[in-house]
This record gives sequence, structure tokens and C-alpha cells, in this order.
Amino acid sequence: MHSINRVKMSFQARPDNVGFARVAVACFASQRDDLTVDDIEDIKLVVSEAVSNAIIHGYSGDESKYVTVDCTLYDEGIEVVVEDQGKGMEDVDKAREPAFTTHPERMGMGMTLMEALMTRFEVTSQLGQGTRVVLFKAFGGQGGTDDGTDQE
Amino acid sequence: MSVKAKHDRGCLVVSLCGELDLKTAGELKATVDPALLETRTAPTVVLDLSGVNFMDSSGMGAILGRYRTVSQMGGKLAVCSLTPQLRKLFELTGLTRIIPVFASQDDAVVGLQGGE
Repeated sequence: MHSINRVKMSFQARPDNVGFARVAVACFASQRDDLTVDDIEDIKLVVSEAVSNAIIHGYSGDESKYVTVDCTLYDEGIEVVVEDQGKGMEDVDKAREPAFTTHPERMGMGMTLMEALMTRFEVTSQLGQGTRVVLFKAFGGQGGTDDGTDQE
Repeated sequence: MSVKAKHDRGCLVVSLCGELDLKTAGELKATVDPALLETRTAPTVVLDLSGVNFMDSSGMGAILGRYRTVSQMGGKLAVCSLTPQLRKLFELTGLTRIIPVFASQDDAVVGLQGGE
């Protein structure tokens, strides 16, 4: 895919920065006028989910740590990569199950939403190393994989 | 985020305004839970979401947490006045199958009192 524009940001793992991250990514994405308002809302939601997961699960609320968000606009769509260097997950497949949560005040639906709203959603994680979430939203319902195959 | 509570025909009506996410979800708990402790009977609670312009699963977790608390007390909780974006979120997460949803605050107060 041909990269048009890219922005990378790193911020402290504080709840205050969840809103900053989603609005910043939405602003970046809105450079493309072929994204609908619903698309932008979907992107805001999944960024909020991924950054919240990094803060809560990756760093267990340690606000001295940093979350990285790397966004790239392609001709075909927008890719957002959210990374932490936190404790990582032992079982990614288990974490992707709907309603799986380790917190009583949480829904455990964050990854389900990311999967439902994005064209492509990938999670890689290593215990003690951190977690990397890749979110890709195709423009105009196009498929979005690097190998050119359609997702839907 | 602002959270305002009032009583209407025996219901605790909580109106939320702003963004409900990881940063603000605690404000809902901090307003509703003390009010529930003051009730002597099974509480009926309406969460008016008409002013919520963004919500993620942290916000939904806070709502579900209050629903569980109210249910454990033998009471009822409903939400009302969902924007299209919130309705989509409630449907995607299956929350509409758990928590009653009403079109307006008045409908919710009447609906909960009527035993729906």
C-alpha cells in the first residue's frame, strides 16, 4: 500500500489522555473526505478501547509509562497501531472472547468492538514485553489487507 | 462530564452530559452509588443519556455495574434517550438485551413504575 501521510505520538498512560488520543486520530483521519461521520465515530471508539486497554491492562494504571499511537493514511484506508510496553497477555485468543474481563466494573467488549467496527484487527502480545494492536479501516468499504485480498 | 441526579415520581433520574469513558466513568458510580445507599426500598433508576456525545466500553461497564448493584437491591434500572451512535454501541455489545431502553425520560419513569 502507498502511504500518504503518517503521524506518531507517545503520551503518558493516563485516563486523561484517552480522549486526547481518539480526538487526535479522528482529526488526522478527517484529512480524507471519503470517510463518513460514522467511520470517524467508529475510529474514535476503537482508539478509545485500545488506549484504555493499554492503560488498564498493559500498565495496570502506572501513569509513568507511555502508550504509542502510530497512524498512517493509505490510498485504501487508515491504519492505527496502538502499542504499550506493559505486562502483555498470556492468552490473546482468550482476551478476544466477548465479555472476557478481569475487572468487575468493565464489560470485556473492547476487542469485540474493535473486531466488529474495523476492516482488519490484529493483536500481538508477549508476556512482560507489551501488546501491539493494529486497526485498519478501509475507505468506502474497500478490502484492506497488505496482500490485496478483500476482508469482507 | 456532568452527572446530575433528581427524584421524579419515586425514581432516581440521573442525567449524563459529555463523554463517558475511562476518565469519567467513575463519576457515574460516585453519583449513583451513594444515592442508592440512601434508598430504603428497592430503587428504580433512570439514566438519561441524551447529553452523552461519546461513550466507550468503560462507560458501558459503569452503566452495567450500576445495573448489577440496583438488581442486587431488588430494584430496576433503565436507560433512555440514546443517540443513534449510542444505540449502535448498545446493540453491538448486547446491552439492549439486558438493560431496558426507553425513548424518553418520561417513558422510562412510567415504564419502570409500570413493572416493564
